[in-house]
Amino acid sequence: MNRLNLHRLLLWGILLLFALWFLAPLYVMVVTSLKDADQVRSGNLLSLPTAPTLSSWSKAWSTACTGVECNGLQPFFWNSVLMVVPAVLVSTLLGSINGYVLSKWKFRGSETLFAFMLFGVFMPMQVVLLPMSQVLGWLGIASSVWGLMAVHIVAGIPSTTLFFRNYYVGLPDELIKAAQLDGASFWQIFWRIVMPLSTPILVVTLIWQFTNIWNDFLYGVVFSGADSKPITVGLNNLANTSSSVKEYNVDMAAALIAALPTLFVYVVAGKYFVRGLTAGAVKG
Amino acid sequence: MGALSIQGIHKTFNQTTHILKGIDLEIDAGEFLILVGPSGCGKSTLLNMIAGLDHPTSGNILIGDRDVTHLPSKDRDIAMVFQSYALYPNMSVAQNIAFGLEIRKVPKAEREAAVQRVAAMLQIGHLLERKPGQLSGGQRQRVAMGRALARDPKLFLFDEPLSNLDAKLRVEMRAEIKQLHQRTKTTTVYVTHDQVEAMTLGDRIAVMKDGLVQQFGTPAEIYTRPANRFVAEFIGSPAMNMVDVQCNAQGVCAHGIDLHLADTQRAAAAKHSANDLVYGLRPEAISFSDQGMPGQLSMIEPTGPETYATVDTAVGKLTARVPGVLHARVGETVHLQWSADQAHLFDRTSGVRVG
Amino acid sequence: MSLKHRTPVDWLPRIVVAPSFIISLLFIYGLMAWNGYLSMSASRILPNYEFVGLQQYAALLESDRFRVAMTNMGIFGVLFIGGAMVIGVLLAILLDQKVRAEGVLRTVYLYPMAVSMIVTGTAWKWMLNPGLGLEHLMRQWGFESFTFDWLVRGETAIYCIVIAGVWQSAGFVMALFLAGLRGIDESIIKAAQVDGASLPRIYWSIILPSLRPVFFSTLMVVAHLAIKSFDLVMALTAGGPGYATDLPATFMYATAFTRGQIGVGAASATVMLATVAAIVVPYLYSELRTKR
Repeated sequence: MNRLNLHRLLLWGILLLFALWFLAPLYVMVVTSLKDADQVRSGNLLSLPTAPTLSSWSKAWSTACTGVECNGLQPFFWNSVLMVVPAVLVSTLLGSINGYVLSKWKFRGSETLFAFMLFGVFMPMQVVLLPMSQVLGWLGIASSVWGLMAVHIVAGIPSTTLFFRNYYVGLPDELIKAAQLDGASFWQIFWRIVMPLSTPILVVTLIWQFTNIWNDFLYGVVFSGADSKPITVGLNNLANTSSSVKEYNVDMAAALIAALPTLFVYVVAGKYFVRGLTAGAVKG
Repeated sequence: MGALSIQGIHKTFNQTTHILKGIDLEIDAGEFLILVGPSGCGKSTLLNMIAGLDHPTSGNILIGDRDVTHLPSKDRDIAMVFQSYALYPNMSVAQNIAFGLEIRKVPKAEREAAVQRVAAMLQIGHLLERKPGQLSGGQRQRVAMGRALARDPKLFLFDEPLSNLDAKLRVEMRAEIKQLHQRTKTTTVYVTHDQVEAMTLGDRIAVMKDGLVQQFGTPAEIYTRPANRFVAEFIGSPAMNMVDVQCNAQGVCAHGIDLHLADTQRAAAAKHSANDLVYGLRPEAISFSDQGMPGQLSMIEPTGPETYATVDTAVGKLTARVPGVLHARVGETVHLQWSADQAHLFDRTSGVRVG
Repeated sequence: MSLKHRTPVDWLPRIVVAPSFIISLLFIYGLMAWNGYLSMSASRILPNYEFVGLQQYAALLESDRFRVAMTNMGIFGVLFIGGAMVIGVLLAILLDQKVRAEGVLRTVYLYPMAVSMIVTGTAWKWMLNPGLGLEHLMRQWGFESFTFDWLVRGETAIYCIVIAGVWQSAGFVMALFLAGLRGIDESIIKAAQVDGASLPRIYWSIILPSLRPVFFSTLMVVAHLAIKSFDLVMALTAGGPGYATDLPATFMYATAFTRGQIGVGAASATVMLATVAAIVVPYLYSELRTKR
């Protein structure tokens, strides 16, 4: 009995230590963001603010400098929102239609095409950056929110298709056959029968796409223009401006502002997030 | 012109797998056709073609006098009950039943009338607002039939609908399907691998094997005059006893023992070219008596109303099926007797019936 | 199947997926090929389609910065993948022991994945800051001579990136392994217990070996994360000090977009692609093969 207790103690000890390590940066970010410059200097990483203030938050939001301009993260935040919402919706919709066809209306070569498309999930984005800038330039949407949106949609189609296809494969084929016999058309079957049964995977895909697109930096920094930089780029500029004094409290507040949407989604719908991770990665 | 006509249907997959090798069947309006056979014989493929869910490589299918071979399913005026029922999980029972009518833009009042009519017929009126997930297996089966009935089609198709039910429920649902058919008199094609279902439900049975119809006839014909060895062994349980025999002047014999033949059989055997034949005997034709073929009882299986007894004889193991309880013990010597005209003769190489 | 028997319905599915399939495939393979061509062209600030063979690749190999980037890739790769896998598996096994607060702990271990790598980089940059971060904290706690200036020293900065990266990704490995562990048939474990095996033995000899597929697919994804690490480096060190923490991803960005050497940048991207393909393609191929 003693041995069992010792094991359990050890188990809990390790788990808690790791929990502390994982939570530490979050704690530090929150605590630092509530301090003013003096408190930052006089205190240390873990010390609580002696006089908590939201001044760094408001500075991060509206007046911090992100390179040449000093309008805080606010414009970047809205840029992200404007870009992310359509990109998530369109890539998810296209993924569901593709998944529907690939699982229930297979045609010769569809599996091979799908396999080729899968590679897009793993491909390093660096390899399309240069040519893509050219293409966007020709289409006249380079350096705009449309260009960035288009890139995210196209880059997201392989993953969303994978999610939906794997899910729809689990729907019985006889359901589709019964609907065909009842006289339903290709689209009627999709909207009346398949879509209503897709809620679990819809949630997973929406969350997964939202998290990835909101958090993306590479496409954001390459394809956006002066007026369309997403929040990740804004944050990076803010934290790395080589202006006079480094204001860590503002940096932390800015980081939290950038992280809040996805963190919120994670806390509220975390288990769907996990399903997205495990579904996408474990299934080949 | 029959209600359903299948003419020369062939189906090949990938240019190599020849699933259906020429099927010709014709049934009249109101008939109940059974397609029965072992796994892989092509019966489900044939059903899918009648349904329009698959296309034949060559051949024609006519429903009534319409050639529907290239028509999509929805234009064929047929309804189908699937093995897994395939009820739409997100819709209520009432919506499931009415879905086909809704797609065809039938007005709401008519749809509701159809749902009520069907619900009354199948006694599922109290389930109309439930979702399929809340129903038992037998209830789902009924809803699936209701969905098919609501359309009042020219042809009903059933794809092994009772396979997912436990034994007792299967017997009950079998009776319900038969009653339903007597009431609605809709032409039906029913696929099963269970020969008891085939015999009890069918007006006519098509026994299939390896993509070909081995025999097409009424249950009585199939049972009493099987066209070949396969049909003889497939239908009837326990299976027909088969003994390899040789033709000789008096008739046939096996292992030096003469086996009885009726005159007609002797004539047929004499006319037949080959000398190697198979002598078939259904278990219920054999009875125990004081004289006859001697043998040793090796196994007794009482089922309640009957007993199956396996006896080791000079011509091999024979299974007999006797009513009631058998008052004998394993190891005892017994004598078996049967009447000659109960025997069936088949050619040993081709399996075709000789007499 | 003769064409005249194909109904319109047969064409509809193809038409519906054609646009997104074509665009995706062009996006992936078309652009990849184009990038390949750029890597063999004389492009500098602007694309110049004059073919120069492997000249850019030669420049790449001679570049000290690229060699540093590749070495860093190796160090970072091994440490990051190793660290994330070991910690992730450990946490998964520990959490599998019917711990009461499992849900809470899982949420804590996994939340870093929900956050952008830029956020992670910014936070850790502050925490590992010599003047005001960990070093300062330790000194305030009494360890006067504690130094932790890894972030600003060329030879050790890469390890800081490893720490931040493992922090971000270990939870992901844990989630995948936990899902795999939960998928194991309980009766196998019970049979082993009846046979008298101890718990560590059961894990080592039975459970972990049966998790090989999960192990490999997780390894795939983590390796792929490692190769793509761009955001994290940019936020934490911007490749510095100097270019001591450069990785191929940051090297590519810098050469192509800030230093006006598109040809070299494209070449480095192709090298990254080749590395990823060498790992992923055999894996994907064997996966799809067994699925058939």
